[in-house]
Parts: sequence; structure tokens; C-alpha cells
Amino acid sequence: MQGVVVLGGATRSGSISTLSMEDNNLVLSSEDSSSPDESELELGLGLSLGGTACKPQQHYARILTAKDFPSVGSSVSASSSSSSSSSSCSSSLSRANVTSGTKRSADSVAAANGASSQVVGWPPIRSYRMNSLVNQAKLPATEEFNSLIGSSKNSNTVVGKGTNNCSDKNNGSAKENGRLRSSLFVKVNMDGTPIGRKVDLSAHRCYETLAQTLEDMFHTSTSTISSIRSSGEEHDKATRSSKMLDGSSDFVLTYEDKDGDWMLVGDVPWGMFINSVRRLKIMRTSEAKGLGNTLRSEERNGRQKTNPI
Amino acid sequence: MYFPSKKKNAVYVSPIKQDIHPIDFSLPTEPMNHKRKNPDPSPDSDEPTTQLSSPFPDEVLERVLSLLNSRKDRNSVSLVCKDWYDAERWSRTHVFIGNCYSVSPEILTRRFPNIRSVTLKGKPRFSDFDLVPPKWGAYVHSWLLVFATKYHFLEELRLKRMTVSDESLKFLALSFPNFKALSLLSCDGFSTDGLASITTHCKNLTELDIQENDIDDKSGKWLSCFPENFMSLEVLNFANLNSDVNFKALERLVSRCKSLKVLKVNENITFKQLHRLLVLAPDLRELGTGSLLQDLTPRQHSELKSAFNNCKNLNILSGFYEVTSIFLPVLYPACTNLTFLNLSYAALRSDELSNLLIHCPLLQRLWVLDSVEDEGLEAVGSNCPLLEELRVFPASDPFEDEILHGVTETGFLAVSYGCKKLHYVLYFCRQMTNAAVATIVQNCPDFTHFRLCIMNPRQPDYQTDEPMDEAFGAVVKTCTKLRRLAVSGLLTDLAFEYIGKYAKNLETLSVAFAGSSDRGMECVLKGCPKLRKLEIRDCPFGNAALLSSFRKYESMRSLWMSGCKVTMDGCRFLAQEMPRLNVEVISECGNDGCQADKLYVYRSVAGPRKDAPPFVLTL
Repeated sequence: MQGVVVLGGATRSGSISTLSMEDNNLVLSSEDSSSPDESELELGLGLSLGGTACKPQQHYARILTAKDFPSVGSSVSASSSSSSSSSSCSSSLSRANVTSGTKRSADSVAAANGASSQVVGWPPIRSYRMNSLVNQAKLPATEEFNSLIGSSKNSNTVVGKGTNNCSDKNNGSAKENGRLRSSLFVKVNMDGTPIGRKVDLSAHRCYETLAQTLEDMFHTSTSTISSIRSSGEEHDKATRSSKMLDGSSDFVLTYEDKDGDWMLVGDVPWGMFINSVRRLKIMRTSEAKGLGNTLRSEERNGRQKTNPI
Repeated sequence: MYFPSKKKNAVYVSPIKQDIHPIDFSLPTEPMNHKRKNPDPSPDSDEPTTQLSSPFPDEVLERVLSLLNSRKDRNSVSLVCKDWYDAERWSRTHVFIGNCYSVSPEILTRRFPNIRSVTLKGKPRFSDFDLVPPKWGAYVHSWLLVFATKYHFLEELRLKRMTVSDESLKFLALSFPNFKALSLLSCDGFSTDGLASITTHCKNLTELDIQENDIDDKSGKWLSCFPENFMSLEVLNFANLNSDVNFKALERLVSRCKSLKVLKVNENITFKQLHRLLVLAPDLRELGTGSLLQDLTPRQHSELKSAFNNCKNLNILSGFYEVTSIFLPVLYPACTNLTFLNLSYAALRSDELSNLLIHCPLLQRLWVLDSVEDEGLEAVGSNCPLLEELRVFPASDPFEDEILHGVTETGFLAVSYGCKKLHYVLYFCRQMTNAAVATIVQNCPDFTHFRLCIMNPRQPDYQTDEPMDEAFGAVVKTCTKLRRLAVSGLLTDLAFEYIGKYAKNLETLSVAFAGSSDRGMECVLKGCPKLRKLEIRDCPFGNAALLSSFRKYESMRSLWMSGCKVTMDGCRFLAQEMPRLNVEVISECGNDGCQADKLYVYRSVAGPRKDAPPFVLTL
């Protein structure tokens, strides 16, 4: 079931437009709308630019980010990824669907169709802060919000529930109100990229999807992440997985475990990894020598180790 | 402009300007009196006074004037007469340049020979929101080159929205032996390597303040570059850097620097590490925490709490990256004397905020995310009677299709009922009404800074469906001390009529997606006598508006218009009529009828800039 994101024009109307989510994500109770005919209106924000009508068929990636962020996928790929609810990558991807601001003025944005429409530099928040917003831990798109909001005011912590692999430490538990679901958000930094991201490890079950997600997040045209030395392909996108397993990339995925040591990702069983990971780093291969395990960057031509999965 | 030096009571008067007035620089700046050469006059100097016009010996005059700190006062003083002008320029040690292109380093150093501290601002403010293309300019390097010879004893450099390179930082570190304080806010063009130059070479460094820059964050090694015998640091802020620093190096640094007053660490510092730092530096006045995410055992809880308890001087707290509820009580003992609490990176809930604020009775400034919601703001109103400044930022991207709570007019109202001293507000919200704003300013008529951002462009009053004109009308009518205003929501020209008519002290105005015709902008230009900065985006103002009061721009620092209806020929006309303005346009096409996409107009005594990139047309 494809979600619908709608741009509401809002000149004289209530200016509340719908931004509903895909899948089983629930809509929030709406606030009073001054346009009573839109009774099913979900509370949302839309661009009220010139009063364009809704475009129900389009799924917009509407995250406003700094110019640093490359455009990841068009609306098409956003739809396809989010429609597969089983794909644990979609959650991170939907957040990774950032589009760099276009330099269109408000007028021309109104005329835009199909492409994601955003207003550059709006709301007026410094890029640094805006990037912090984008990076903040959020629930994956497949969550149900409604039941969580308001029903659980406690949750201070950090104790992980849910996935059996999760330890109760180092959970990047979501900061939003009252979430009980244990998400395991960890920071990811990449050498040479000033802004870090966060990824929800509990949304993954294997290294491949994780690496795939990260590759999308830090999408660079010249290099790819080759983190996993396991065999097997989980993804349909053959080109991608082969790049990943190639060992030919300039980067390698590492993580800091709870002892503070930096290890290569992929050497231990997934569950053990989840238990001890504190954060991730995509390092340049040249800098990752002598890490954790015996990585020889020169020899990473598909040398396979036991598949940890 | 010749003033014979021996003339009694020689006076000249020129129109008063804010910073450095253009006309001043046509005066001879070489001192007429030889004794001026000595900036530190000794009262025993037996040089005869060559000028009888002043009733005081010049040494006294200089000594008196050296006590003046306010730059407005100094500017006024410099206009009294030639003697005072000279005395002032010799005694000035700090200079503030609001627009780096309004003056050149040569002119600056000629007038003020004894500067120890420079504050420079570069790009137009809208560059913070990506409206200015990269490589636009505002390079600090050319300034440093001149300073190296003229201000060899420079101690402080504070830059905002400037482009700084690693090379510049290295040059800075090596050229100024007395260099003490570096503050970089919203700058770009450098990496942590540049910081390493500073920490390696600046032996007398007291302040390193790195905030919200577009920095290539390669590593935290810069921190380890402080020499082992270095101990003068008083201010260290690396909260916005992402790379890990070597904690042991940090620990040693903190333990050596006994005068450390401000420490703001980044989010990679864990609470355990924070604890160790607090134990080493209980006298901190300002603390920025790291990440407070991990589990706390009861023992750790009490240890941390007692460490905070020992910090009796803490006035300012910030950081709180990834904080969980369990941590907040640990801070309570430290909050007793808190005057500024910056929670703008912590998505707190209303109850968490409420519980925290109970312990902050002296709070004057509060920055929060709108995750606290209206309820949280009600707690602000109830617990913070001394509050003067409130900033509420959005916790999530407002265009993202997820949780949409945030704050509304209710929260703002609640604060206004409880915090009578409120005079500075920055408020991002999703809905607002005219009535609420009217009530708010009735409750708090002393607003000096009113920045309201209704995040949906052109959104009307959600209850009445009317434009938000009356809201801002109420603001300008009631708040006579208003100096800064940012408007939002659906606005017609009426709002601007109000502004022009009532906002007599307004200095800065930010406008976006507002107005119905040229008349709006015209009203503002005609009506606001103290206007200094006007920044406009995506409004239907065209050439008629731009040119309606074009002489006014010389009394302003700058004008920014983007996404409006001005065209190239209008800009050209302006440039022609006002040669002392720099009229810069960034536009796709340069023909007369074309829209001038981004227009930046500012006064300058330095002439058109020589470092403009190709996409900036100076007309």
C-alpha cells in the first residue's frame, strides 16, 4: 500500500495539508482545521506555495537539508523502497532520502510536479542545526505511532526491550515522547564527511542490509563501502552487492565496541555485534590497517570469511 | 576638509553613522600632534602641548576615552572635534566591523593603530540558510595579512560568517605572538588541521570557541596539539565538532588550566568522562555536556550528582546531546545559579523540562526544542519569573511526515503570562493567531527582539483565516523598544504599513513570503528611521519598492532581497545613483529585464570588492 504524501496549497484555507505515511503508519489526530470539509485531514505541514492542489500519486522526499547532502534517489526509488515493509533498509532509507535544496523560488516551486519540492533555507534554521534535526533518532517508518504517543510517558531509558539481540546498553533509544520500542540507533561517521548520521541497527538483521543502507546514506559516486566479507547476496541489486563484496572500495566499515576498541564490522555474529556496538565509522581503507582483526587492505579482493549470519 | 591644528576649538561635524562613517576617511589620518605617537602617554611627559583648543591635556583625554567601551559611544565621541577624534582613535582597542566589505583593512588600520581585538562579520545572514552560493567571499586572509604588520599585538579575533582557510589559521597562529582568543561562528572553509595550527602555536591562548561552522572535521587531533606545559586556557568550546578527541589529553589539559571557566565538549564525551572533567574543574562557569545516553548505575548516578553539586559557579549549561530522563536529576544541584540553559539539542518532553525547571529559579535565558510542547512552555511560565529570553526551535524537520506536535500559540501565551521580563523571543511554531500575539505583547510590552516563525509559509491565522497583519501590528504598536523583528505567516501590505508607522526603533527586519505589493516595502523604508538591516526573501517587491527610498540605503548596513521581483535594470539604476553603495547581484542572466535573483546592497568606503566570484555581478 503506497503511502501518500500530499502537498496542500494553503492560501486562504486551513493550510493544513496531509503528509501521511506509508504502510501501517498511523495518522495523528488532527488539529482543528479551518477547512472543515477536509475532515480526514491529518495534521501535517505542507508547503503552501501558490495553492497547488494535492498530488496524491507522488511520494515526496521532503526532507530539507543542507547542501551537503546529495540527492538520494528520486521519488520513484523512495516509493519502491518504502513499499517493501519487510525491507529493513527502508526505514533508514526513507530518512536518507534527502534532497538537496533546489534553488527555485517559491513561485516556481508551486508549479513543480513529481519532483520533491522544498523551499531552500526554510524554515530559517542554521544548516548546522538543521542537520542535527535530520540526524536525530527517529522511529522507522514502519512504526505505529499512535499507540505509543501519550501512552508511555516513562521511558526514560535505555533499557532495551524487544529484539533479543539487543543489549540493554548503548541503545540509542529514541528521544521522542514516550517511545517504548527499542531502536538501536548508533551514530555513523564517514571519513571526510563532516556530518554524521544515525542508523537504526535494530531495523536490520544482517550485515548486508546494513552496509547497503550505509552506502545509500553516504552515497558517493567514487567509492563504495565494502564492509562485509561474507558471501551471499541479499539484495536484488546485483551491481550494488557486488561492489560491496568486492573489496575494491576505498572504505571499510568499522565499529567501536563497548570496550572502546575499534573493530571491523562483519567478523562476529550479528547478535554479538549488536550487543557490543556503540557506533560505526566508515574509515578509509588506508587508515584502517591493523584494526581489530586482520584486515589487509591490499588483500581485500573478495577474500571470504565465514559468513557470520 | 582641512583643519588647521592650532585653531582654537576646531570642530567638525559629520552625520552620525553606526560603525565607521565613510566621510571620516577623507580626513587626514596622520596625527597632527606629534605626541600622539605614543599610545601610552605618561603623565610625566614634558612635551609641550602644541594645541590650545582642548582644555585637557591630551593624555588625560585619551585616558578618559580609553574607558569607553561601547562602540556607539566611541563613534559619537569621535565626531565631537578633531582632538577627540584623534584621542578616540588612539585609545580604541576593540573594533567591530559588521560587514567586512564596508571597509578595507588598510583603511581600518590607518584609522585605528592600536587595535587588540577585532570582530568581523562577513556574509549576509541568509547564507546561514543556504541562500548564498559557496565561494561567495568574506575571506579573512586579506585582513590577516594587513593585521600581521599593523596589529602585530593582536590578541582577539572573532569571526562570524567568514571564510577561513587552514592556511589562514596557520598564518594567524604564527604571526601574532600575543594571540589569545579565537572565536569562529558560522564560518566555513577550514578543517580541524587549521585548529591544530592554533593549538600548536598559540602559546598564550585563552579562548578557543568553535561554533556551528561548516568545518571539515577530520579528526580530534587538534586537541592533543596543546603543548604539555600549556595552561592558559579559559574558554574551550568544541561542542559542534564531531570527531573524537583524545580524552586523556583533554583531561590533562583541563587539570592544567586552572583558569578554565568555559568548557563545552562534544557529544562523543561520555558521562563518565564528563564526571572526571567536572571533578577536575569544579569552578566552571559554563559547561557544555557531551552525550548523556548510557545507563547509569546508582553509584554513578550519585557520583555524578555530587560532582555537579560541587560546581557552585555554574551559570550556563548546554549540550545535552541524546539525554535521557534518568540523567536530568543529576543536574538539579547545578541548576541553582543557572542563568542560561541551552537545551536546543535535546528533545525533552514536557514533564522532563518541567521537572528540570523547578530547580532553575534564576533562569534568564532558555533555549529549547519544541518537543517540550505547550505543556513544557507552561512550565516555563510557572517556574521562570526572571526569564528574559526564550528560543524555541523545531525538534524535527517540519516538512517531514512524522510526528507533528511542536508548539502553538498556547505555549507562547503561557510564557508571556508568567515571564513578565521577557524581551527576546525566537519562536518556531506551526500555528498562531492574531489574538494570541496581541495578548502576548500586552503581557510583555518590553520586547526588543521579536522573531516569530510560523513554519508554513503564508499561513494565516488558523482560527479566523485572516492574515497575520494585526499580530505584527500589535507588536510594533505596543513594543516601542523593538529593535529586531522577524515576521511570518500570511501578511499583506497592511503589516508593513504598521511597521513603518510604529516601529521607530527597529534596526533589523526579516521578511519572507509576505506582502502584497511594492507598497509594503516602501512603507518600511519610509517609516523606520533606525533601520540598519533589511533582509527579504520571496516577496512581491519590485523595482518601485527598491528605488522608493534608495538614499536610505546609505544609512543602513545592508539590504538583501532574493526571490523578489526586482530586475537588473532597477539594480543598475540604484548602482548608478548611489556610488557609495555596492550593489551586487547574483542572477542567471544579466539582461536588463531579467529578474535579479539575489540582490545584496551595502554601503562601503572600500569601493566595489575585488574578490567577487564570477557569479556575483557588481553593478
